[in-house]
Amino acid sequence: PLPSTPLQDIRNTVGNIPMEWYQDFPHIGYNLEGKRIYKPIRNKDELDMFLEKMENPDYWRTVQDKMTGADIKLTDEQVELVHRLQKGQFGDVHFNPYEPAVDFFTHEVMIHPVTNRPADKRSFIPSLIEKEKVSKLVHAIKMGWIKPRKPKDDTPTYYDLWAHEDPNSILGRHKMHVPAPKMKLPGHEESYNPPPEYLLSEEEKLAWEQQEPAERKLNFVPQQYRCLRAVPAYPRFIHERFERCLDLYLCPRQRKMRVNVDPEDLIPKLPKPRDLQPFPTTQALVYRGHTSLVRCLSISPSGQWLVSGSDDGTVRFWEVCTARCMKTLPVGGVVKSVAWNPNPTICLVAICVEQSVLLVNPCLGDKLLYGATDQLLESYVEPEEERVQPVQWVMATTEEHRKGVRVLVQHSKAVKQVTWHGKGDYFASVVSDNSNMQVLIHQTSKRWSQNPFRKSKGLVQCVLFHPIRPYFFVATQRYVRVYNLLKQELTKKLMTNCKWVSSMAIHPGGDNIICGSYDSKLAWFDLDLSTRPYQLLRHHKKALRSVAFHKHYPLFASGSDDGTVIVCHGMVYNDLLQNPLLVPVKVLKGHVLTLDLGVLDVLFHPTQPWVFSSGADGTVRLYT
Amino acid sequence: AVTRRLCILKGIYPHEPKHKKKVNKGSTAARTFYLLKDIKFLLHEPIVNKFREYKVFVRKLRKAYGKSEWSTVDRLKDNKPSYKLDHIVKERYPTFVDALRDLDDALSMCFLFSTFPRTGKCHVQTIQLCRRLAVEFLNYVIASRSLRKVFLSIKGIYYQAEVLGQPVTWITPYAFAHDHPTDVDYRVMATFTEFYTTLLGFVNFRLYHSLNLLYPPKIDGQADAELKPTEGKDYAMDSESYLEKLSALSASLARVVAPTHEDEVEMDEFPVEGETAEQMDTRKKEQEALEKHKKLFEGLRFFLNREVPREPLAFVIRSFGGQVSWDKSLCIGATYDVSDPSITHQIVDRPRVEQQVVGRYYLQPQWVFDSVNAKLCLPVADYFPGVLLPPHLSPFVTEQEGDYVPPEKLKLLAMQRGEHPDEESEEEDEEEEEEEDDNEKEEEEEDESEKEEEMKLKKMEEQKTQSDKALPVKVTAGKLRLEDRQRLEQEQQSEEKRLAIMMMKKREKYLYKKIMFGKKRKVREANKLAAKRKAHDTALKEEKKKSKKARRA
Repeated sequence: PLPSTPLQDIRNTVGNIPMEWYQDFPHIGYNLEGKRIYKPIRNKDELDMFLEKMENPDYWRTVQDKMTGADIKLTDEQVELVHRLQKGQFGDVHFNPYEPAVDFFTHEVMIHPVTNRPADKRSFIPSLIEKEKVSKLVHAIKMGWIKPRKPKDDTPTYYDLWAHEDPNSILGRHKMHVPAPKMKLPGHEESYNPPPEYLLSEEEKLAWEQQEPAERKLNFVPQQYRCLRAVPAYPRFIHERFERCLDLYLCPRQRKMRVNVDPEDLIPKLPKPRDLQPFPTTQALVYRGHTSLVRCLSISPSGQWLVSGSDDGTVRFWEVCTARCMKTLPVGGVVKSVAWNPNPTICLVAICVEQSVLLVNPCLGDKLLYGATDQLLESYVEPEEERVQPVQWVMATTEEHRKGVRVLVQHSKAVKQVTWHGKGDYFASVVSDNSNMQVLIHQTSKRWSQNPFRKSKGLVQCVLFHPIRPYFFVATQRYVRVYNLLKQELTKKLMTNCKWVSSMAIHPGGDNIICGSYDSKLAWFDLDLSTRPYQLLRHHKKALRSVAFHKHYPLFASGSDDGTVIVCHGMVYNDLLQNPLLVPVKVLKGHVLTLDLGVLDVLFHPTQPWVFSSGADGTVRLYT
Repeated sequence: AVTRRLCILKGIYPHEPKHKKKVNKGSTAARTFYLLKDIKFLLHEPIVNKFREYKVFVRKLRKAYGKSEWSTVDRLKDNKPSYKLDHIVKERYPTFVDALRDLDDALSMCFLFSTFPRTGKCHVQTIQLCRRLAVEFLNYVIASRSLRKVFLSIKGIYYQAEVLGQPVTWITPYAFAHDHPTDVDYRVMATFTEFYTTLLGFVNFRLYHSLNLLYPPKIDGQADAELKPTEGKDYAMDSESYLEKLSALSASLARVVAPTHEDEVEMDEFPVEGETAEQMDTRKKEQEALEKHKKLFEGLRFFLNREVPREPLAFVIRSFGGQVSWDKSLCIGATYDVSDPSITHQIVDRPRVEQQVVGRYYLQPQWVFDSVNAKLCLPVADYFPGVLLPPHLSPFVTEQEGDYVPPEKLKLLAMQRGEHPDEESEEEDEEEEEEEDDNEKEEEEEDESEKEEEMKLKKMEEQKTQSDKALPVKVTAGKLRLEDRQRLEQEQQSEEKRLAIMMMKKREKYLYKKIMFGKKRKVREANKLAAKRKAHDTALKEEKKKSKKARRA
């Protein structure tokens, strides 16, 4: 039939393509003239749709043809076809799915064959392929490639494993085996309802959280629950079991010997300090007057007068018993060292000020005595020929003479220590220098100085004369060298085991030396025993500044930057086999720490068991 | 991985060499070192070959799967190589006691694995086996009455049993689903469990036989009859319901020999040489106490409400001779109903109970655990439902001298000695409160008197100043210094000690300082706890007082 109207002629001209391609266009395809075929106008909104649904009785059978976009009303046949397909029936109405079946092959034996085909030949002769297969199997069995199936193991899983305990089965391994330590049993704090004191406070909880998990003392936060019902599962339970497993197989095990000692047993049994009296116990006097650090102390051989040198540029002379300042001698410089002549018939004090050593007659005590000293000094006659000396001996001017200064020994560099020989004629001075001119020995009576060393062996800290024999001790930073002055040779070299020796003192017997060091150690040397310290005492907490021996009593003292003076009993026996006995007997406190310095010098009274100490606080204290 | 498994199974652990640098060729990096002897020992292990076979098997199977040769797959699966760890167990623990000593970790692991879900993480068979072994062990503990201590911690429940004289401690998690962590290697745990299950199976077997019990366990009495049909199998236990019934822990187990009541023959006394009569006496007393402890709940009938954890409670109650039941719908194996009039205790964990039945105590579960740990039935008043519970203390702590002892523990110890400090203390508390009230009044009075004194003093001072004006130089009377002899002596002694410490050798000094530091730290911690407790108590008291006052007002 011919197309009656062009409107009816809407056909699909684009073919079977996805229709989305034309979604945004108003048309679908083109007609023969190349004009666009427009889609039927669809601008129905919801309301229109609804109205149409209500009004159009054929709405339910109207579908949209996707190919053309037009609405099509289904015919009755089409609707019926849809219904049939929905029910799962055949599309064709006339198809009968239940045709009567013709039974060709039945269970009943029939007389005639269904087909008349004769039997194959291969059904009469044995199969070659099968034979080959069988022979292969047989061969495999013969060669042992195929084994018969193993019978099922029907022994019970568990039985009495330890029925026969064989003592021989305990091998060396078992003796060597270190059993894993058991897990720690829980304490009160792990309870679900612990006593309130075991719960962590807020700060503790915060601290716990900030700690590394490995550092925590408890690996959980103690918590309290009202009742058992409220207790939740522990989230780290599996972790903990896993960590235990790791510990069991990855941690090295070792038997640890625990020291099981009573700490009281470790304390050495020493004689009681009470039995070792006398020794200074209490602070008796304070000598005030200096305005700066009191660096050095010295005492007259009679024990009546005390001299102290300070950073304020004065030297003060004190009466020991009354703490009265008898005399103040301004010297115009920091006093590094003072030394009272040990000869009781001479009244002379050597004072180190900057580059010179002053020999001062303090004019204290017996007038005869100090008069004799002056005479002795004046009786010096200049030798005829000029001698080359490392220092200059200068007579004091009248001004100075009035103050008490008699002779000046002028060095080329600053002097830091002066010390007298026991006889009182010689004295040694230490110059802070790096050359071989560090140590000089002077003779007062001849005003004659000499340099005993040809070579420098390091920075000399202090020097010392042996009280009886002609020995001379030189302490460098780490060693103490002992020289024989007569033979002019090195006798011994003592290793102090310290980093920096600060001071040195010798026992009046002459066989023992103590060395204080800036690394807060005190080394006691027995010269007869060895060149290493007999004992290293670490009593002080800070650097030692000075050490001293008592002339008669078995006492020695050490002063340190921590502001204390420690008095020790140091008994030296005449019997050479018996080692000296060292017992600390008293810690004396009193000095105030100033500028991080405490005690700068300690000194014993020559006759009494008294000890003087000078401190950075500008005082000198006497302990009795 | 094979080495790791071998090390785990054979119990080989690394060693710390004496000279680490020398062994490590100069480097100080952290490495684990094994003894050469140990590694050689591992090489001789026959199970190494089994592992290799298994590896080959897996390879073949994979290949067969890849080629889709299903018949080969079947054949291979049929011939799957298997291995047993019996000889390793025997080798590691030559005697039974050795095995018992090492049972702690095995039990904890089995209990953990038995709570795992049946999906993922590890084989279902392992989980079932673990559950079975754990239940068997619990039943043994019940039958032998060997449980000693229980502790509810926030991590789980700790149990301690004394098996043949060896303390065995294990922990079970609370019955919640696990939040499986991702940073845990389950293969390591599975290897351990493999060994532990073997060990525990053998141990269970031996333990059951030591009590003349059947192994695998059978429930005593009529339960047998019901289970006839399943007995054809190798393991009656394999049927789930049987395991459940067993795990209900409510029925006693069948014995090989019918239980005779001659078990309780009095122990013959074997006087040990060198033992005094006193020691004998104490030993005897201990024995008696132990017997009494074992029969703690004998004759008591418990009923568990459905909100309380059934298994731990049933286990604890049954292992001290009590009878226990629960709601029928909760679990299999309930023996009597809530309405049973013979119930003496009902365990409840809810704030209050409606419809209380006369003639039984309603108690919170902590009572059971605390009673077990205290070795006596504690007074019930503190444990009524809805009451603020007293703290639950750890039974594993034995306080030494100087340690901090919580006051509750002191009270408990006193109770164990047979005193009754509760009432007294309460009375004391009341008295104290009254006293405190008095004190306050007194304090007020004191304040007044102090004020008066101050006034007086001021007057005196004024007078003094006046007199001072008159006489600028004043001689004050010297104070009489009372020297305390004892204190002086003490001071002297302490100084002597200090001086002696100075003379110690370096090494000894170090040791001494370390020991003293440890001691001091201990004291400090104890003091801290005591102070905390005191603060807490005072705060509590004040609160009480306030509430009292409020009530009065």
